[in-house]
Amino acid sequence: MSGLLGKKIGMTSVYDENGISIPCTVIEAGPCYVTQIRTKERDGYEAVQLGFDEKPERLLTKPLQGHFAKANTKALRLLREFRNFNPSELKIGAEVKVDVFAKGDKVSVTAKSKGRGFQGVVKRHHFSGVGMATHGQSDRVRAPGSIGASSYPSRVFRGMRMAGRMGFENVTVKNLVVVKVIPESNLLLVKGSIPGAKNTYVEIRK
Amino acid sequence: MDKIKLVEATQVKTDVPTFSTGDTVNVHVRVVEGDKERIQQFQGVVIGKRGEGMGATFTVRKISDGVGVERIFPTHSPRIAKIELVKTGNVRRSKLYYVRGLASKQIRQKTTNVT
Repeated sequence: MSGLLGKKIGMTSVYDENGISIPCTVIEAGPCYVTQIRTKERDGYEAVQLGFDEKPERLLTKPLQGHFAKANTKALRLLREFRNFNPSELKIGAEVKVDVFAKGDKVSVTAKSKGRGFQGVVKRHHFSGVGMATHGQSDRVRAPGSIGASSYPSRVFRGMRMAGRMGFENVTVKNLVVVKVIPESNLLLVKGSIPGAKNTYVEIRK
Repeated sequence: MDKIKLVEATQVKTDVPTFSTGDTVNVHVRVVEGDKERIQQFQGVVIGKRGEGMGATFTVRKISDGVGVERIFPTHSPRIAKIELVKTGNVRRSKLYYVRGLASKQIRQKTTNVT
């Protein structure tokens, strides 16, 4: 079991041995550095903290300076913990590269989805709108319909699906197949699409 | 974008001849039947090209037994063995969708006689 941090580059397609085109997403994955190891004795759980994407040292706060100095790594922009690592295999400061994945592996990719702003129920919750556009209904095509009964319960139930802010939330896509690994340029190709815009940070778990 | 090109570089064909809309091409398609493979040829006029990189395709139209047939080929597909440029055309449009309504004699005139 392993994982990696990366950045979404964009989509393209590749052909397999049978000449069938496979749509895939290109992820710049790693190199990541182990910045901290959580242990059962000290932290109550086991995990490995990975860092990704270098940044200038002058941008670091004092606490983070100390954190990276302790791990003896470069200054990194993104830190995330992975619980599915085997901590005994890794040393603090070690480099984790894209070659932890191989062609055919199934991975889960977590990323922040694209923000859609304030959206109505048709787009946000896949409602179908109210009835017809004709027969006197002039402005009900994308309306939510009834949101509850009247005198009883005299309120709208909690969690009622309504219009509101959509997107920009963590979304995980599971069981994506690794199509190709290019270790020289730290690139990983997975079949299908993944959440988020280009240059979004992603977490890849095997 | 350049990182995507890096990925595509391993698959993009470099031996594709430069042809444009209006040209007549002969496309050699690999056809797999059971465990045998043979080459099928499709010759016709290119009526459009679109896309770039791995996503590029082109449309070839020919009249087969009096019936118009169009095929869309992905330019860089490994199933395409060879693209042969038979005749260069001379047209003023990038998409020749209007030839669908024309007789083959008119198409011939349209793709050659423009000066």
